[in-house]
Amino acid sequence: MFRVAVRLSVSGVRGLTRPQPRCQAVLASRCYSHGKQETDEEFDARWITYFNKPDIDAWELRKGMNTLIGYDLVPEPKILEAALRACRRLNDLASAIRILEAVKDKAGPHKDIYPYLIQELRPALQELGISTPEELGIDKV
Amino acid sequence: MLRLTSGRLGSLLARRTSVMSASSSRMASHEVSDTVDMSRPMYCDRLDIPLPDKPYRDVLTDAEESLKQKEKGPWSQLSREEKIALYRLSFCQTYAEMKKPTGEWKTVIGGIFFFVGFTGLVVWWQRIYVYPPRPRTFDPEWQAMQLQRMLDMRVNPIQGFSAKWDYEKGQWK
Repeated sequence: MFRVAVRLSVSGVRGLTRPQPRCQAVLASRCYSHGKQETDEEFDARWITYFNKPDIDAWELRKGMNTLIGYDLVPEPKILEAALRACRRLNDLASAIRILEAVKDKAGPHKDIYPYLIQELRPALQELGISTPEELGIDKV
Repeated sequence: MLRLTSGRLGSLLARRTSVMSASSSRMASHEVSDTVDMSRPMYCDRLDIPLPDKPYRDVLTDAEESLKQKEKGPWSQLSREEKIALYRLSFCQTYAEMKKPTGEWKTVIGGIFFFVGFTGLVVWWQRIYVYPPRPRTFDPEWQAMQLQRMLDMRVNPIQGFSAKWDYEKGQWK
C-alpha cells in the first residue's frame, strides 16, 4: 500500500517538475475549444468556392442560393458574381434575375445596399448579358 | 405557407370536382382521385426561397422550347421580352407581385366587426328574454336606505365609513 502511495506521489511530483509539452498542447487546445469562429473573409471565400464549382448542378445552385438568402446578411458582390456565373454555366437566366430580386428584397429597409451591389456587379452583368429587374420592368407590379 | 396550402387545397378541390363529374358520367365506377405526391419537388412562390425546387412551367410549347434553346447562347442577344418570357417560364410571380398588398385586412376587419356585432345582438336578446329582473338592491332608493342604515349603525367609526360623516351637521366631512 505504501509502495503504491510512494509510486503515485513520485509520479505526481515528476509530473509537476517535468511538465510534458504534449499535455500542455492538449490543455491549450481545450481552453480554446468553443468552436472556431468563421471570419467574414472565410465565409465569403467559402461561398465563392461553392458557386465557382465548374460542374455545379441546378440543385446545388438552388440549395446554395436559398441557404445564402436564409442567412441574416446580404451577400457580398463577389459571391453574387460567382452565383451569376454559375447561372450562366447552367444556362439559367431566370434564376440570375431572380437572385438579383431576392438580394434587393433581402436588403430590406436599407435602400443604399442594392444600388451598391448593382454598381459592383455592373461589369459582370454586362459581360453575361443579364438585365436587372429594373431594366426588365418587373420590379413594379 | 398559407398561400401554398390554399393552392394545394384549390388544386385538390379542382381535381375532386373533375373526378366527380367524370364518375357521374359513368355513374357506377368508384374512382379514387389521385392525390398530389408531396415527395415530388413542388413550385412555391416565397420571398425567403428565391429559387423553388421546380420551374413553374414544366411542359413547354415548341416556341418556348426554342426560347430555351436560345437561352443557351449569349444572353445579351436576348430581347427584353424574351428575358421576361424566360423568367415567367421558371417563376410564377415576381418579387414585386409577391409583395403586393392583398387588401386582406379589409376582410379581416369586416369579419371582426360582423362577429362582434352579432354577439352584441345575442347579448341584447338575452337581456330581454333570458336574464332575470334586476335585484332590488340595485335600486337607488334601496341603496339610499342601505347607506342611511350603515350610518345609523356607525360602521367603522374610527377611520372608516362613519368617520367621514359629520353627524352634527348631517353631511359628509
